[in-house]
This record gives sequence, C-alpha cells and structure tokens, in this order.
Amino acid sequence: MTSAHTASAPAEAEPQLQTPLTHRSLPRRAAPAVLLVALLAGLGLRLAGLALAWSAILAAVGYTVAIYSWSRAVEGTRKAFDRMVTAIVTSAFLLALLPLVSVLWTVVDRGSGRFDSEFFSYSMRGIVGEGGGAHHAIIGTLIVTGIAALISVPVGMLTAIYLVEYGRGRLARYITFFVDVMTGVPSIVAGLFAYALFELFYEAGVRMGIMGSVALSVLMIPIVVRSTEEMLKLVPNELREASYALAVPKWRTILRVVLPTAVAGIATGITLAIARVIGETAPLLVTAGVTASDNFNPFDGRMATLSVFSYNEYRSPGVPPEPSFDRAWAAALTLILIVMLLNLVARLISRLFAPKTRA
Amino acid sequence: MAKRIEVKGLDIYYDKFLAVQGVSMTIRPKAVTALIGPSGCGKSTFLRTLNRMHELVPKARVEGKVLMDDQDLYGANVDPVSVRRHIGMVFQRPNPFPTMSIYDNVAAGVKLNSKRMKRADLDDLVERSLKSANLWEEVKDRLGKPGSGLSGGQQQRLCIARAIAVQPDVLLMDEPCSALDPISTQAIEDLMLDLKSQYTIVIVTHNMQQAARVSDVTGFFNLKAVGEPGGLVEIDDTETIFSTPSNRATEDYISGRFG
Amino acid sequence: MPPTTEKTGTRGAPLRLGDRVFAGASTGAGVLILVILAGVAAFLVSEAWPAVTAPSEEIPGEDNIVLYIWPLLFGTLLSAFLALVIATPLAVAIALFISHYAPRSVATILGYVIDLLAAVPSIIYGLWGAQVLAPQTVDPTQWLEDNLGFIPLFDGPASATGRTMLTVTLVLAVMILPICTAVVREAFLQTPRLHEEASLALGATRWEMIRMSVLPFGRSAIVGGAMLGLGRALGETMAVAMVLSVSGDVTFDLISQANPSTIAANVALSFPESSGTEINVLIASGLVLFIVTLLVNMAARAVINRRRDFSGAN
Repeated sequence: MTSAHTASAPAEAEPQLQTPLTHRSLPRRAAPAVLLVALLAGLGLRLAGLALAWSAILAAVGYTVAIYSWSRAVEGTRKAFDRMVTAIVTSAFLLALLPLVSVLWTVVDRGSGRFDSEFFSYSMRGIVGEGGGAHHAIIGTLIVTGIAALISVPVGMLTAIYLVEYGRGRLARYITFFVDVMTGVPSIVAGLFAYALFELFYEAGVRMGIMGSVALSVLMIPIVVRSTEEMLKLVPNELREASYALAVPKWRTILRVVLPTAVAGIATGITLAIARVIGETAPLLVTAGVTASDNFNPFDGRMATLSVFSYNEYRSPGVPPEPSFDRAWAAALTLILIVMLLNLVARLISRLFAPKTRA
Repeated sequence: MAKRIEVKGLDIYYDKFLAVQGVSMTIRPKAVTALIGPSGCGKSTFLRTLNRMHELVPKARVEGKVLMDDQDLYGANVDPVSVRRHIGMVFQRPNPFPTMSIYDNVAAGVKLNSKRMKRADLDDLVERSLKSANLWEEVKDRLGKPGSGLSGGQQQRLCIARAIAVQPDVLLMDEPCSALDPISTQAIEDLMLDLKSQYTIVIVTHNMQQAARVSDVTGFFNLKAVGEPGGLVEIDDTETIFSTPSNRATEDYISGRFG
Repeated sequence: MPPTTEKTGTRGAPLRLGDRVFAGASTGAGVLILVILAGVAAFLVSEAWPAVTAPSEEIPGEDNIVLYIWPLLFGTLLSAFLALVIATPLAVAIALFISHYAPRSVATILGYVIDLLAAVPSIIYGLWGAQVLAPQTVDPTQWLEDNLGFIPLFDGPASATGRTMLTVTLVLAVMILPICTAVVREAFLQTPRLHEEASLALGATRWEMIRMSVLPFGRSAIVGGAMLGLGRALGETMAVAMVLSVSGDVTFDLISQANPSTIAANVALSFPESSGTEINVLIASGLVLFIVTLLVNMAARAVINRRRDFSGAN
C-alpha cells in the first residue's frame, strides 16, 4: 500500500504506518487513578505533620511527574508532554485558588468574632481594650464613597458621552489616552494629589472627609468613563438614525434613545466602580485620616472610614492586642461583604434590565 | 497512500439534537468525491466526522462506524490526534498561521511528528509540498515572509501544501473555493485533479458546476423535511447523478428547482 | 478649536440651544479630566519642589533627596518585579485553564471566581499577608537559608517573623494575578477558531495546538497584561506597609529582617506623623512613583493596542 506512491510523495520516517490509528495508550482511568494515589500521598504528608499548602503542592508535583513518566514510557513524548501540560495548567489554577480560599476563610473566621450588634452601633470614642465598634467608620465610608460617586458619575458619564457621540479629532484622542493613564494612577498618589490640592486652601496637615472623596474620584472617574463608553458603543447606530429621521435633535436622541438603551450596562459599570473604590485605604489614610468618634460632616475635620479603621486597629493595637485585631478583622469582613453585595447588585442589574437592548 | 473509507449507518449528534441520520457510503481511493446539497443539510458536519473534528464542539458525538481500510476511526483505542494526522483537512477560509512564515507553515505539521529532521530534508519536503500544491514558483523567493501576506488563492494553496506535507491518506476539503475569486478557484480545481492520483479526496461544495468539473463520484445530501435531520439521499458516479439521477429530489436540486 | 462644531455644525447650520448646552457639558467633562490630570502633575511638582531645594538637614535621615528616595525606589522595583515573575506564568496557566481546559459551563464560573479575587480590597490582603501568610513562611525561609544560602537572594539570616520581602512579593503576586489573568484570558478566548482547527487538523495534540495558534496570538496580550500588573504592583501600598519589616537597606536578600521599603508604603507609614519639609519629601517620592507607573502603563497600553491593530488587520 505504501510502496507504490512514496516515490513521488515526500519522504519521512513512517514507523507507525502499519497500525496508524491506534497507539499504545494508558488505560482509560489512568489519570484519575494516578491522581488518587497522589492525593492519598498528599494526605499522608499532611497527617505526618506537613502544612496543608505544602502537602497539596507536593501532591501536585508528584502527580505531574508520575503521569508524565508513565505516559512517556507507554504513549511516547508528544502525548506525555500534553498530559504534563494539562497537569501543570490545572495545578497552577488550583494553586491560585488556594490564597483566595485562605483569604476568604480567614476573613470570615477571624472577622465573625466581633461581628456583633455592638460593632455596628458604637464608635471607638473612649474605648481602651475590648468593646467598641465601627459605627463611625461605616457611616464615614458611606459618606466619603457617596460623595466620590456624586462627583465621578456625572463627570465620567458626560466624558463617555463626549467620546462616543461628539468626540472627533485630537481632543478626543488626548482624552482617551489620558483616561487610560488615569486608570494607572497609584491610589496613594491620588491621595497625595488631594492633600496637595486642599493644602493650598487650608493649613498644612489638613484632614477632611471631602478630601478623601476627591482622591477616590480621581480613581473612580476613569473606571466610569471606560465602562460607560463600552456600553454606549454597543447601542446600534440604526437607533440613533431612526431618531434623527423623526427630526429629534441630537441631545434629545442621546437622552431619550441612547442612554435608556444602555442604562443597565452603565448602572452595572458604576456599581462595580463603587465596589472598586469603597475598599481603598491608602488615599483615605493621607486625606480623611483617623478618628475615634462620629463625624458626619465631610467638610470639618477627620473622618473615619472602614478600611482605615481596620488598618489603624491593626497598626496600633492596645495591650493586649487581640481586641484590636478582632476589630480589624470584623471591619475587613464588613468591607468584603459590602464589596460582594455591590458585585451581586451589579450582576442583578445587568441580568434584570439587559433584555431592553433588542438590536 | 490513498485509502478507502467506508461509512456504515452514521448518526451525528449535537448533544441531544440529531443533525445527520443514517449515512452509509463508500469513498473510493484515488478519486474525488463531491458532497453537494442545500445549506444546513449536514454535509459539512458529515465531512468533519471523517477526521473527528466534529467532536471539538462540546457534547457533539456520533453513532455508527467509519472504517478506513477496515480500521474503525471511532474504535476503542483510536486516538483522534492520529486520525487527524492521517486524514488532512482544508477549510472554507484559508487559515495559514499568521505568526509563521510560508516555510514554517508548510513544515508545521511535520515538525510535530518528527522533531529531529535534518534541515536539508525539511527544505526538500517543503519544496516538494509547495510544488505539489502548484505554489512553489510563486513563493520560492519569499519563503521567510509571513503566510498572511499572500493572496487568498495563494493562501488556500499554502494550506493545501501544509496539509499534504504530512502525507495524509485522505484529504478533506470543506468548500475550499467559496472564499476565492474565479481564477484562484480554477487553480485549486486543477490542483485537485493533480492530487487525486495520490490521495483520496472528499470535497464539500455549494457549487454544482464545480462538483461536475472535478469529481468522479457525487453524493447528494438533503433534509428530509424542515426540522428533520439531514441525510444522504443518493451517491453515484458524477456523470450519472448529473444526467440520470434515481431520486426525484436530486433531480430537482441539480436542475435548480430548489436549494 | 472647539470640537463641538466639528461634527454637529458641518453645514454651518445653527445649533439648537439644547444641543449647544449638552455638547458643551460633555466636552467640558472631557476637558475636566485633562485638567485633573494636569492638576495631579502640577500640584505634585509644586509640593515636591521645596524638598528638592531644601537643605539636607531637613530631609529625614539628613541626606539629600536622591539618597532618601533611592532605597525606596529600589524596594518598589524589586518587589514589583519579583511579584511579576511569580504572577505572569501563573496568569498564563490560569487563563489557559479557563479558556481551553475547563468545560465551558465551569469556565464561566471560574471567570467570576478570578474576578472575585480582583474585588477583594487591598487592606484585606494586607491583614492576611501579615497575620496568616507571614507566619507560614518562617520555616520555609529558614530552610532556604540553610540549603540555598549561597544564592544572594536567600542570604539570610532568615526572619523569625516572616515579614520579609519574599512574603511581600507573594502577596503582591496574588493581588496582581486577577488583572493579568483577565487580559490574557480575553485574548486567548479570541483566538480565531480557524487557526485552532488548522493545527488540530494537522494532528496536533491540545498542547501543540495551543503552542501553534493560541500562544502566538496572545503573545502581546501576555506582555501587556504583565505590564498592567506591574503598574499595580508598583503602586500597591497597604499590603506592603502592613507586611514588610523595614530597615532602609538596599539589599537583594529576600528573607531577612532588613528590607528596603517601597515608595507607596513609606508614604502611608510616614505621612500621618509628618510635617513641614518631610511632607514635601514624601510628595516628591510620590511624584517619582507617579512617573514610573505612568511609563509602565503607557508601555502596557501601547503593547495591548498594537495587538488590537494586528488582530484587526487579519
């Protein structure tokens, strides 16, 4: 079968040609079996006293080496390499899940200790040692982030509208470029900017809630611009043209046709932007500062926020430190719950209102 | 090298959806077999089951047998990777690897299979493959340039060169000319007539004239009814199909009454 | 040249009041962004200037400003670079797992899980790094010192608290992983099916298909994602401030008690207790950080955009 035509066909070593389609291959359940052995070995190491993480890593390495050598002996190098890459890629993924699980578990475990009604109804005024709460910090976080949103949402949305509906030429290119640049501004630099700005008008060492809002706005505006821009671009041009054809002026077209079509996506983007900045610590540390008491006036003096509260409890604990650490973790838990809630809300918004775009 | 393929009672599924039902046919070696039929009748789907590309779609599967010289392609120990190594495929749109040079594109498949090949042998192989694909004269001075710089027709011939460089037993072509201009189409059709002395060729085409020009055997696929699975209506020598088909639907289709 | 007239007023038609107001407002918002950014630069420069001209006895440590910032810049670059070295291969592997290995239904959920990592506030990574991860690293770092001590990175003496540069880089790596993964995953998912099938039809295994079509297609996304991650790591403040034990030494030793701080962490730690010229010095260091991240992010954007052009041309 081969001899007649190989003369004209390209020459190549053809060891497999007699039984071309079947290879010697590992038994069907080879991979799960090896995996099971590796897991049992890992469990053994764990029981022998090795830390969980190290046992898991050793089990993964053991599995990879075992499946590679076995497959190489039976199936050849190509198949073996493929199996090895599969093992590596999968273990790398699991490895990356490890810190996430550890972070979430620790926050819930250590945070739930002080996650009580006192924590939500008391400030730290006059508290030494146990007790006290983050009432002032929770309200402060809401105020600071709320004002930041009030600044960022209009500016961000209008900029996005400019870029999508009006922007042509050099100005639009500059704005697009600098929005990208702004996305990368380190949060601490945003804080220093807000400080430097307010120091011009007030005395040195000034701390106010509104400064924190300004700093957060610098971080939030580019996120709002980006997400709104993406959503506006998804609105089909036919809709705009249909509206123009009815002699609706451009600004009404944008307000009545374009924005309502994209509203779900925009709302989702804004919610995610809020979730992103509500957990910021560094810019608030240098602007809103730290205080133990309730202060709900953003224009007058220091204002506590959850993240800074958590940092402060960790950084300067009392003696013994445990009550402070517990409060720090409880604040972390509160913060993560707020962030998760916002993410959930964002998904709900996009799911509930999305079908409005029937393009 | 060319091998015979025998399909026995093949049902093709996408998850629970039966797309093609009950196909049985024999594909002759060293001949061009054309599959024609209206859109959505499952001829491309069927083609992709011949080298097990079909199962790349999640949950897609087949029932039945596909035998290549008495070896079942869907047998227990059969590795889909080696099936594809022996049954090459050319796609509807030319798809040379954009980051590789013309030379590397042709050598890509061979490099997978035999890592240690002498440079001179590889040069030789690339030259012969490109010559077989009638492309050598046009590209011999720019083998190091990217394949994406070629014209559409040249790219498609490059893909054919790439497919035959690994010496497949069978060559599947899924509407290889539908994205090409008439002159490039002509070049590919000439190439098919050259290649059939060495390979078993199966081509799916929308173009009945093309089937009449290049194929020795023609199979007609059709949907039994709207919502029903597609299937093979009849298969016969091309001449017979286009002059005296035995089935009424075939006659209607080739005379342009539907499709 | 007000751009509002460029498009809406093409035929010289008079603009309606509503249009003029709306166009003006949105243009103004866009310009405001430019003003803000110019303001960031201008205020930082004006507040940093006194530190440059100040006599050295007013600089903390009584050095000149360059000698003050240099160890911080070194620490910033070292920690961010090492975090990148750890995170990039992991990000590529995770992106591959999600795009080409996991079953499709699972892949979507996994995408959410990775995005969840991105949503966790940095203060939480800081707490976790300081109180959970750092103690875990004590024994392994001791082992590194005993067995690999001849490598300068593991010179030791190993820290007894685990608040080392090594721990910081691990925390930073975990923190930048989601952003790197997101960029790379996006590119991998967009690999044209045609190219994947081309390699599979040649008889490529899954890995060979990835090497032939997916990785070349995603190459610049990998570079771009890595550099975005680098930008994040350079500016990360809290995790470093909370984990690292700082001495101001310039050293490559990753496992000892004596570490250079980073610019961002140093600002967070020193700012609340600073006054006068000290504040100007800190702002000057912030300006340096701003410029470094600016350069890195611009490079990252350029690489990512080039990929976009490339794939659009095909």
